[in-house]
Amino acid sequence: MGLLDQKFENGNVIITSMDYLLNWARLSSIWGMQFGLACCAIEMMATGASHYDFDRFGTFFRGTPRQSDVMIVAGTVTLKMASRIKTLFDQMSEPRYVISMGSCSNCGGPYWEHGYHVLKGVDRVIPVDVYVPGCPPRPEALMEGLMKLQEKIRAESLAKKKSA
Amino acid sequence: MIPQEISDKLKNKFGDAILESKTDGVIDPFIKVAPGKIEEIALFLRDSEDTLFDSLMCLSGIDYTKGKLGVVYHLHSMKWNHKIVLKVDVSVEDPHCQSVQSVWKTANWHEREAYDLFGIIFDGHPDLRRILLPDDWEGHPLRKDYQVPEYYNGMKVPY
Repeated sequence: MGLLDQKFENGNVIITSMDYLLNWARLSSIWGMQFGLACCAIEMMATGASHYDFDRFGTFFRGTPRQSDVMIVAGTVTLKMASRIKTLFDQMSEPRYVISMGSCSNCGGPYWEHGYHVLKGVDRVIPVDVYVPGCPPRPEALMEGLMKLQEKIRAESLAKKKSA
Repeated sequence: MIPQEISDKLKNKFGDAILESKTDGVIDPFIKVAPGKIEEIALFLRDSEDTLFDSLMCLSGIDYTKGKLGVVYHLHSMKWNHKIVLKVDVSVEDPHCQSVQSVWKTANWHEREAYDLFGIIFDGHPDLRRILLPDDWEGHPLRKDYQVPEYYNGMKVPY
Protein backbone atom coordinates (compact mmCIF):
# COMPACT_ATOMS: atom_id res chain seq x y z
CA MET A 1 0.00 0.00 0.00
CA GLY A 2 2.78 2.41 0.82
CA LEU A 3 2.57 5.54 2.84
CA LEU A 4 -0.50 7.58 2.08
CA ASP A 5 1.14 10.95 1.88
CA GLN A 6 3.54 9.88 -0.85
CA LYS A 7 0.72 8.74 -3.10
CA PHE A 8 -0.71 12.14 -3.97
CA GLU A 9 1.39 14.42 -6.14
CA ASN A 10 -1.26 16.97 -6.90
CA GLY A 11 -4.59 16.95 -5.18
CA ASN A 12 -6.18 15.06 -2.40
CA VAL A 13 -8.51 12.84 -4.37
CA ILE A 14 -8.25 9.10 -4.04
CA ILE A 15 -10.35 6.63 -5.88
CA THR A 16 -10.82 3.32 -4.20
CA SER A 17 -13.57 0.98 -3.32
CA MET A 18 -15.49 1.47 -0.10
CA ASP A 19 -14.64 -2.06 0.97
CA TYR A 20 -10.94 -1.47 0.58
CA LEU A 21 -11.03 1.75 2.55
CA LEU A 22 -13.17 0.41 5.35
CA ASN A 23 -11.18 -2.78 5.65
CA TRP A 24 -7.91 -0.87 5.69
CA ALA A 25 -9.22 1.33 8.46
CA ARG A 26 -10.45 -1.63 10.47
CA LEU A 27 -7.37 -3.78 10.20
CA SER A 28 -4.97 -0.99 11.03
CA SER A 29 -6.56 -0.37 14.39
CA ILE A 30 -7.75 -3.63 15.84
CA TRP A 31 -8.47 -2.96 19.48
CA GLY A 32 -8.07 -6.09 21.46
CA MET A 33 -9.81 -7.11 24.63
CA GLN A 34 -7.25 -8.35 27.07
CA PHE A 35 -8.34 -11.76 28.17
CA GLY A 36 -5.32 -13.38 29.65
CA LEU A 37 -6.30 -16.43 31.65
CA ALA A 38 -3.09 -18.34 32.35
CA CYS A 39 0.50 -18.64 31.17
CA CYS A 40 -0.25 -17.46 27.64
CA ALA A 41 -1.18 -14.16 29.20
CA ILE A 42 2.46 -13.65 30.12
CA GLU A 43 3.45 -14.10 26.49
CA MET A 44 0.68 -11.74 25.44
CA MET A 45 2.06 -9.17 27.86
CA ALA A 46 5.53 -9.75 26.43
CA THR A 47 4.13 -9.14 22.97
CA GLY A 48 2.60 -5.92 24.16
CA ALA A 49 5.76 -4.76 25.85
CA SER A 50 8.52 -2.80 24.21
CA HIS A 51 10.64 -5.55 22.65
CA TYR A 52 7.96 -7.11 20.46
CA ASP A 53 5.69 -4.12 20.36
CA PHE A 54 2.04 -4.86 19.70
CA ASP A 55 1.14 -1.20 19.57
CA ARG A 56 2.73 -0.71 16.19
CA PHE A 57 -0.14 -2.71 14.70
CA GLY A 58 -2.53 -0.14 16.03
CA THR A 59 -3.61 -2.54 18.75
CA PHE A 60 -3.94 -1.64 22.32
CA PHE A 61 -5.72 -3.59 24.96
CA ARG A 62 -9.11 -2.46 26.18
CA GLY A 63 -10.52 -3.64 29.44
CA THR A 64 -14.09 -4.03 28.25
CA PRO A 65 -15.62 -6.12 25.46
CA ARG A 66 -17.91 -3.29 24.47
CA GLN A 67 -15.06 -1.28 22.99
CA SER A 68 -12.99 -4.01 21.40
CA ASP A 69 -12.79 -5.64 18.00
CA VAL A 70 -10.92 -8.81 18.81
CA MET A 71 -10.84 -11.04 21.88
CA ILE A 72 -7.53 -12.82 22.31
CA VAL A 73 -8.31 -15.86 24.47
CA ALA A 74 -4.95 -16.59 26.03
CA GLY A 75 -4.78 -19.48 28.46
CA THR A 76 -6.65 -22.47 29.77
CA VAL A 77 -10.41 -22.19 29.55
CA THR A 78 -12.07 -24.00 32.45
CA LEU A 79 -15.74 -24.96 32.38
CA LYS A 80 -16.39 -22.44 35.13
CA MET A 81 -14.96 -19.67 32.95
CA ALA A 82 -16.58 -20.83 29.73
CA SER A 83 -20.02 -19.44 30.52
CA ARG A 84 -18.43 -16.08 31.33
CA ILE A 85 -16.52 -16.13 28.05
CA LYS A 86 -19.79 -16.65 26.21
CA THR A 87 -21.31 -13.67 28.02
CA LEU A 88 -18.34 -11.46 27.21
CA PHE A 89 -18.32 -12.54 23.56
CA ASP A 90 -22.00 -11.68 23.30
CA GLN A 91 -21.23 -8.23 24.64
CA MET A 92 -18.81 -7.45 21.84
CA SER A 93 -20.36 -5.57 18.97
CA GLU A 94 -19.95 -6.73 15.40
CA PRO A 95 -17.69 -6.97 13.47
CA ARG A 96 -15.91 -9.03 16.08
CA TYR A 97 -13.16 -11.61 15.88
CA VAL A 98 -11.55 -14.15 18.19
CA ILE A 99 -7.93 -15.21 18.25
CA SER A 100 -7.37 -18.40 20.19
CA MET A 101 -3.85 -18.28 21.58
CA GLY A 102 -2.01 -21.33 22.80
CA SER A 103 -2.80 -25.05 22.94
CA CYS A 104 -5.19 -24.83 25.86
CA SER A 105 -7.68 -22.64 24.11
CA ASN A 106 -7.14 -24.33 20.74
CA CYS A 107 -7.87 -27.88 21.83
CA GLY A 108 -7.51 -28.31 25.58
CA GLY A 109 -3.74 -28.44 25.48
CA PRO A 110 -1.91 -30.66 27.97
CA TYR A 111 -5.20 -31.21 29.82
CA TRP A 112 -6.95 -32.93 26.93
CA GLU A 113 -6.80 -36.40 28.42
CA HIS A 114 -7.45 -36.11 32.14
CA GLY A 115 -8.72 -32.58 32.60
CA TYR A 116 -12.24 -32.98 33.92
CA HIS A 117 -12.56 -29.25 34.51
CA VAL A 118 -11.08 -27.95 31.25
CA LEU A 119 -13.04 -27.01 28.16
CA LYS A 120 -11.26 -28.77 25.32
CA GLY A 121 -10.91 -25.81 23.03
CA VAL A 122 -12.64 -22.47 23.29
CA ASP A 123 -14.28 -23.10 19.92
CA ARG A 124 -16.83 -25.23 21.74
CA VAL A 125 -18.47 -22.07 23.02
CA ILE A 126 -17.48 -19.23 20.68
CA PRO A 127 -16.55 -19.10 16.99
CA VAL A 128 -12.79 -18.68 16.49
CA ASP A 129 -11.17 -16.92 13.54
CA VAL A 130 -7.45 -17.54 14.03
CA TYR A 131 -5.72 -20.29 15.98
CA VAL A 132 -2.20 -19.60 17.17
CA PRO A 133 -0.44 -22.83 18.14
CA GLY A 134 2.21 -23.08 20.79
CA CYS A 135 2.57 -23.68 24.48
CA PRO A 136 2.98 -20.78 24.89
CA PRO A 137 3.32 -19.30 21.43
CA ARG A 138 6.28 -17.01 21.01
CA PRO A 139 5.47 -13.30 20.66
CA GLU A 140 6.38 -13.53 17.00
CA ALA A 141 3.80 -16.27 16.58
CA LEU A 142 1.09 -14.13 18.16
CA MET A 143 2.03 -11.27 15.88
CA GLU A 144 1.75 -13.59 12.90
CA GLY A 145 -1.66 -14.61 14.17
CA LEU A 146 -2.70 -10.98 14.26
CA MET A 147 -1.35 -10.45 10.76
CA LYS A 148 -3.37 -13.42 9.53
CA LEU A 149 -6.42 -11.83 11.08
CA GLN A 150 -5.57 -8.62 9.25
CA GLU A 151 -5.45 -10.52 5.95
CA LYS A 152 -8.80 -12.07 6.75
CA ILE A 153 -10.28 -8.63 7.40
CA ARG A 154 -8.73 -7.33 4.19
CA ALA A 155 -10.61 -9.97 2.24
CA GLU A 156 -13.97 -9.18 3.81
CA SER A 157 -16.73 -7.12 2.32
CA LEU A 158 -18.97 -5.05 4.51
CA ALA A 159 -20.77 -3.38 1.68
CA LYS A 160 -22.29 -6.59 0.44
CA LYS A 161 -24.87 -8.20 2.69
CA LYS A 162 -23.67 -11.27 4.53
CA SER A 163 -25.67 -14.37 3.84
CA ALA A 164 -27.55 -15.46 6.93
CA MET B 1 10.50 -31.55 70.92
CA ILE B 2 10.98 -34.68 68.89
CA PRO B 3 7.86 -36.40 67.50
CA GLN B 4 8.00 -39.20 70.07
CA GLU B 5 7.78 -36.70 72.90
CA ILE B 6 4.86 -34.92 71.24
CA SER B 7 3.09 -38.23 70.77
CA ASP B 8 3.63 -39.18 74.43
CA LYS B 9 2.39 -35.83 75.60
CA LEU B 10 -0.77 -36.19 73.54
CA LYS B 11 -1.35 -39.74 74.75
CA ASN B 12 -1.07 -38.61 78.35
CA LYS B 13 -3.62 -35.89 77.88
CA PHE B 14 -6.10 -37.43 75.47
CA GLY B 15 -5.71 -41.13 76.00
CA ASP B 16 -7.64 -43.16 73.49
CA ALA B 17 -8.40 -40.36 71.05
CA ILE B 18 -4.89 -41.00 69.75
CA LEU B 19 -5.35 -44.06 67.59
CA GLU B 20 -1.92 -44.71 66.24
CA SER B 21 1.43 -43.04 66.09
CA LYS B 22 4.41 -43.76 63.93
CA THR B 23 7.24 -41.57 65.06
CA ASP B 24 10.30 -43.50 63.95
CA GLY B 25 11.71 -43.60 60.46
CA VAL B 26 13.11 -40.91 58.26
CA ILE B 27 9.98 -39.75 56.45
CA ASP B 28 7.21 -37.75 58.08
CA PRO B 29 6.34 -39.15 61.49
CA PHE B 30 2.58 -38.99 61.97
CA ILE B 31 0.00 -39.28 64.72
CA LYS B 32 -3.42 -40.65 63.83
CA VAL B 33 -6.30 -39.04 65.68
CA ALA B 34 -10.02 -39.72 66.07
CA PRO B 35 -12.13 -37.32 63.95
CA GLY B 36 -14.35 -36.20 66.80
CA LYS B 37 -11.47 -34.82 68.86
CA ILE B 38 -9.26 -33.12 66.32
CA GLU B 39 -10.32 -29.60 67.22
CA GLU B 40 -9.48 -30.03 70.91
CA ILE B 41 -6.17 -31.63 70.10
CA ALA B 42 -5.37 -28.85 67.62
CA LEU B 43 -6.13 -26.19 70.22
CA PHE B 44 -3.97 -27.97 72.76
CA LEU B 45 -1.08 -28.26 70.32
CA ARG B 46 -1.33 -24.61 69.38
CA ASP B 47 -1.51 -23.19 72.87
CA SER B 48 0.64 -25.47 74.97
CA GLU B 49 3.97 -23.84 75.72
CA ASP B 50 6.40 -26.52 74.68
CA THR B 51 4.73 -27.51 71.39
CA LEU B 52 3.35 -24.13 70.22
CA PHE B 53 2.22 -25.20 66.72
CA ASP B 54 1.02 -21.86 65.52
CA SER B 55 1.22 -22.50 61.80
CA LEU B 56 -0.82 -25.00 59.81
CA MET B 57 1.36 -25.59 56.77
CA CYS B 58 -1.12 -27.66 54.82
CA LEU B 59 -4.42 -29.47 55.16
CA SER B 60 -5.17 -32.02 52.46
CA GLY B 61 -7.72 -34.70 51.75
CA ILE B 62 -6.84 -38.27 50.76
CA ASP B 63 -8.79 -41.11 49.20
CA TYR B 64 -7.37 -44.39 50.47
CA THR B 65 -9.89 -46.40 48.33
CA LYS B 66 -11.97 -49.24 49.84
CA GLY B 67 -14.38 -46.79 51.39
CA LYS B 68 -11.93 -44.72 53.41
CA LEU B 69 -11.15 -41.04 53.11
CA GLY B 70 -8.71 -39.10 55.21
CA VAL B 71 -7.46 -35.65 56.15
CA VAL B 72 -3.80 -34.85 56.77
CA TYR B 73 -2.58 -31.85 58.73
CA HIS B 74 1.01 -30.64 58.53
CA LEU B 75 1.84 -28.45 61.52
CA HIS B 76 4.87 -26.28 62.15
CA SER B 77 6.02 -24.23 65.07
CA MET B 78 7.78 -20.98 64.42
CA LYS B 79 9.27 -20.63 67.88
CA TRP B 80 10.61 -24.15 68.32
CA ASN B 81 11.01 -24.97 64.61
CA HIS B 82 9.58 -28.47 64.77
CA LYS B 83 6.99 -30.19 62.62
CA ILE B 84 4.44 -32.89 63.09
CA VAL B 85 1.83 -34.57 60.92
CA LEU B 86 -1.66 -35.41 62.15
CA LYS B 87 -3.92 -37.81 60.28
CA VAL B 88 -7.63 -38.40 60.55
CA ASP B 89 -9.57 -41.26 58.92
CA VAL B 90 -13.19 -40.92 57.91
CA SER B 91 -15.40 -43.30 55.99
CA VAL B 92 -17.18 -42.59 52.73
CA GLU B 93 -20.64 -43.26 54.18
CA ASP B 94 -20.19 -40.74 57.00
CA PRO B 95 -17.50 -38.28 55.89
CA HIS B 96 -17.67 -35.91 58.84
CA CYS B 97 -14.70 -34.39 60.59
CA GLN B 98 -14.36 -31.47 62.97
CA SER B 99 -13.20 -28.21 61.50
CA VAL B 100 -10.02 -26.64 62.82
CA GLN B 101 -10.94 -23.31 61.31
CA SER B 102 -11.29 -21.76 64.75
CA VAL B 103 -7.74 -22.76 65.64
CA TRP B 104 -5.89 -21.76 62.45
CA LYS B 105 -7.72 -19.41 60.11
CA THR B 106 -5.86 -20.73 57.07
CA ALA B 107 -7.84 -23.95 57.41
CA ASN B 108 -10.90 -22.08 56.13
CA TRP B 109 -9.99 -22.35 52.47
CA HIS B 110 -8.07 -25.62 52.80
CA GLU B 111 -11.17 -27.31 54.21
CA ARG B 112 -13.30 -25.85 51.46
CA GLU B 113 -10.90 -27.40 48.97
CA ALA B 114 -11.04 -30.80 50.72
CA TYR B 115 -14.83 -30.59 50.66
CA ASP B 116 -14.90 -29.58 47.01
CA LEU B 117 -12.57 -32.29 45.74
CA PHE B 118 -13.24 -35.18 48.17
CA GLY B 119 -16.59 -34.54 49.77
CA ILE B 120 -15.32 -34.49 53.37
CA ILE B 121 -17.76 -32.41 55.43
CA PHE B 122 -16.23 -30.31 58.19
CA ASP B 123 -18.56 -29.68 61.13
CA GLY B 124 -18.34 -26.20 62.51
CA HIS B 125 -17.06 -24.57 59.34
CA PRO B 126 -18.87 -21.26 58.81
CA ASP B 127 -18.98 -21.30 55.01
CA LEU B 128 -18.51 -24.77 53.56
CA ARG B 129 -19.04 -24.50 49.81
CA ARG B 130 -17.16 -25.29 46.65
CA ILE B 131 -14.07 -23.23 46.03
CA LEU B 132 -12.41 -24.46 42.83
CA LEU B 133 -15.17 -26.07 40.79
CA PRO B 134 -18.37 -24.31 39.71
CA ASP B 135 -21.12 -24.26 42.33
CA ASP B 136 -23.45 -26.54 40.39
CA TRP B 137 -20.86 -29.24 39.70
CA GLU B 138 -21.90 -32.77 40.62
CA GLY B 139 -19.51 -35.16 42.24
CA HIS B 140 -16.16 -34.92 43.93
CA PRO B 141 -13.42 -35.28 41.34
CA LEU B 142 -10.38 -36.44 43.27
CA ARG B 143 -12.06 -39.58 44.59
CA LYS B 144 -10.66 -42.66 42.93
CA ASP B 145 -14.05 -43.81 41.63
CA TYR B 146 -14.95 -40.53 39.94
CA GLN B 147 -16.39 -40.65 36.43
CA VAL B 148 -15.88 -37.63 34.19
CA PRO B 149 -19.31 -36.30 33.16
CA GLU B 150 -20.27 -36.27 29.49
CA TYR B 151 -21.81 -32.82 29.42
CA TYR B 152 -21.76 -29.86 31.74
CA ASN B 153 -24.28 -27.09 31.03
CA GLY B 154 -24.40 -28.00 27.36
CA MET B 155 -20.63 -28.15 26.87
CA LYS B 156 -19.03 -31.47 26.00
CA VAL B 157 -16.41 -32.33 28.61
CA PRO B 158 -14.28 -35.20 27.27
CA TYR B 159 -11.97 -34.67 24.31
